[in-house]
Amino acid sequence: MSFNIVHPEKLAAEFLNKDKQHEPQHDEHLWTSRVKRDKEAASIPEWEEFRELASRIKQHTLTHLDQYLEQFEINAVKHGAVVHWARTAEEHNQIVLDILRQHSVKDVIKSKSMLQEECGMIPFLEKHGISVTESDLGERIQQLDKEQPSHIVVPAVHKTKEDIARLFARHIGTDPNNTDAHYLNDSMRKHARPLFLKAQAAMTGANFAIAETGSFVVCTNEGNADIGASLPPLHIASIGIEKLIPTTEDLAIFIRMLSRSALGSKITQYTSHFSGPRKNSELHIILTDNGRSKRLGMPEFWESLKCIRCGACMNTCPVFRRSSGLSYGAVYGGPIGIILDPTIDEKKYSELPYHSSLCGSCTEVCPVKIDISGQIRQWRRVMADHKRLSLIRRLAFKAGAAVLSRPKLFRAAEAGAYGSIKLLPHFLIYNNLFNAWGKHREMPPFAKETFHDWYQKNHENDEHIQD
Amino acid sequence: MMSTSRTDILTAIRKNKPAAVPRPTLRDLSSSGIEGDLLALFKKHLKEADGEFYRLESGKEVSALIKKLFPDAKVICSATPEVKGSRPIKPDTDPHSLADVDVGVFRAKFGVAENGAIWVTEEDLVITALGVLPEHLIVLLDPDRIVSNMHAAYREVKLDEHHYGCFMMGPSATADIGAVHVNGAQGSRSLAIIFLAH
Ligand code: SF4
Repeated sequence: MSFNIVHPEKLAAEFLNKDKQHEPQHDEHLWTSRVKRDKEAASIPEWEEFRELASRIKQHTLTHLDQYLEQFEINAVKHGAVVHWARTAEEHNQIVLDILRQHSVKDVIKSKSMLQEECGMIPFLEKHGISVTESDLGERIQQLDKEQPSHIVVPAVHKTKEDIARLFARHIGTDPNNTDAHYLNDSMRKHARPLFLKAQAAMTGANFAIAETGSFVVCTNEGNADIGASLPPLHIASIGIEKLIPTTEDLAIFIRMLSRSALGSKITQYTSHFSGPRKNSELHIILTDNGRSKRLGMPEFWESLKCIRCGACMNTCPVFRRSSGLSYGAVYGGPIGIILDPTIDEKKYSELPYHSSLCGSCTEVCPVKIDISGQIRQWRRVMADHKRLSLIRRLAFKAGAAVLSRPKLFRAAEAGAYGSIKLLPHFLIYNNLFNAWGKHREMPPFAKETFHDWYQKNHENDEHIQD
Repeated sequence: MMSTSRTDILTAIRKNKPAAVPRPTLRDLSSSGIEGDLLALFKKHLKEADGEFYRLESGKEVSALIKKLFPDAKVICSATPEVKGSRPIKPDTDPHSLADVDVGVFRAKFGVAENGAIWVTEEDLVITALGVLPEHLIVLLDPDRIVSNMHAAYREVKLDEHHYGCFMMGPSATADIGAVHVNGAQGSRSLAIIFLAH
C-alpha cells in the first residue's frame, strides 16, 4: 500500500461536497463548450474526414519523428533560433535556468504551457530566485491560488466568480464583493501590464512545430503570449517533441479543428507563428522528451501522442464535468489525463483508469481520433495484470457516495440511460452521462458493459458494495 | 548544447517508433465550409468575433474616424503610410515605449472569410508589439484581399520570410472568469477593420 496513490474519488468528493454552486456551474460551462463544439464541427462538412486526416498526419509524423525533428532543428537554426534538447523535466528546467542566468534574468513572464507545468518549472525557477508570472488569466488565477490548473484550456473553470473576486481582493486589492467579470478582468489587465513591461524574458509553449519551416505556433485568445514575446529581448519556448507536424499545409487542418474542438470558436483570437528571433533578440527552443520517446514504444498507448490538447474530451466527459479536473490529482486531468498520467507514474495514478464511465463520448469528439476510452480500458487491464487492483479496495467513492451508497438507484440510473432520461435525480454523480450519451449520434456511444457490470467483474475481491 | 541528449532522444525514437504510416495526400480543401460571397462571410465572422468594420476611401478619412471613435486618444501609432499617427514607429523603436499607445494602426496582408481573421507579420507592424500593446487597433484591409478558408490562407503565408506572423481574429478575449465573455483580456480592447484598397 502506498500513500502516494492518487484517489480521484476522494478528490471528487471534495469538489462535489463543496456547495450547491460549484459542481452544477462547472458542469454547465463545460457542457456549453461541448454544444458549441458540435455546432462548429457541423459547419465543416468534411469534419469526419478531417479527423481521419489529422489522425493520419500525426501518425505519419510520429512514425518519422526523428527525421522531422532533425528537419525542424535545421530550419529553426537557419532562422537564428537556438535549439536545445532535453531528455527529462530536470534537464529542461536546468536548460531554462542556464539561459536565464546567462542573461541575468530575474523576472519571467510566461504564457500557458502544459509542458512547463509537467516539468514543474515554476517551483524550480522560484527556488533559484527567479520570479515567474503566469500571464494567461486562468493560469494566473490558479497561480495566485497556489493550485494546479484544473483544465488544459480553461484552467480555472472550477472556480466561481465569487471565488475569483475573493482571490483578487486578497492579491490585487479589488473589491471582494464585486463579482463582475469585466471589472475583475480589467483589474487583472492593469495589474499584469507592468509585469509584462518589467520582465527580462518571455516564455511560451507551442501548439504545433512545423518541420518544413522551423516555425512554431502558439494559440491564445488573450494575446498574452504575443505580448510577452514582443517585449523582452529573450524568448524561450518549450516544445514537446510530439508537437511536430510536417508542413503548413498540414497545419491548416489542425488550426481549423483545434479551437472548434476546444471552445467551439473558429480559431483562437491569436494564432501566432514564430520563425526565429526578433531583431536584436534571442529565441531559444527546448525540444523536450520527458517520457514521450518511451511512450512511442508502447504499442497500446503510443497514439496518445497524437493529442493536440484541445480539451474536448474533458468538456464532454460526464465524470470530469461533475468531479472537476482537480479530482485527477495530476497535471493532466480528464480522459486524456487518465491515459497520459500512468505513463508518467503507473503506481501513483493506478486508480485513475477507474475514474471513468467508459461511455466513449471522449473518443467521439477527439479531433485526432485517439481511441481514448479504449485506451482507458486497456489501462485497467494493465493495472490488473500488474496486480494494482488490490490497491483500490477502499473504493470509497465518497464523491459518488450518493450513488454507491444507493446502488439500486445507481443501477437504475445506468439502465435508464438506455431509455427514459427524465427520472434521473440530479445528485447522481454520473447523471450527466445521459446528456453526453443522448447528444451523440455518429456511433453507438454506450459502453457495452455498465459501470456496475464492470465493477462486479473487476472487483470480485474487493469489499462488497451493499445494496 | 547537450549533444548527448539530442543523440539519446533521436536514438530512443528510432528504436521505439512504430511501423511507418504513410503521409496522407491532401486534396484541395480551399472551398471547404465556404458558401457565398467571401467579403460578406468575412464581415459576418468578424462581427461574431467582436470586430468592427468600416468602408472608407482615403487615409484622411481613417484619421477622421479615429478622432471620432477615440476622442480622448492621446497617442496614435501608425505603421502604415496612409495614416499619420502622433508617434513614429521604426524597426529599432523599443517595444516597451508602445505601452502608452491608445490606438495602433497597421495594414493587414489579407483576411480570411471562414473566420474573420486577418494575417499580419512584423513587416506590417514594424515591431510586433504594435499588434498587441495598443488599447485599440485600426487595421486597413484591401477588400479584394479576402481568401476563403485556412487552407487558402496558409498557401499565402510565407513563414520562411517572417519571424512573426499572426492570424488575429477580432480583439483580445477571455472567458476565464465565470465563463463570461470579455474583450480586452490582455491585447487590444477593440479591433476595427477599415476596408480601403491598397
Ligand atoms: S485526447 Fe483528443 S479530445 Fe482529448 S485533449 Fe487530446 S486531442 Fe483533444
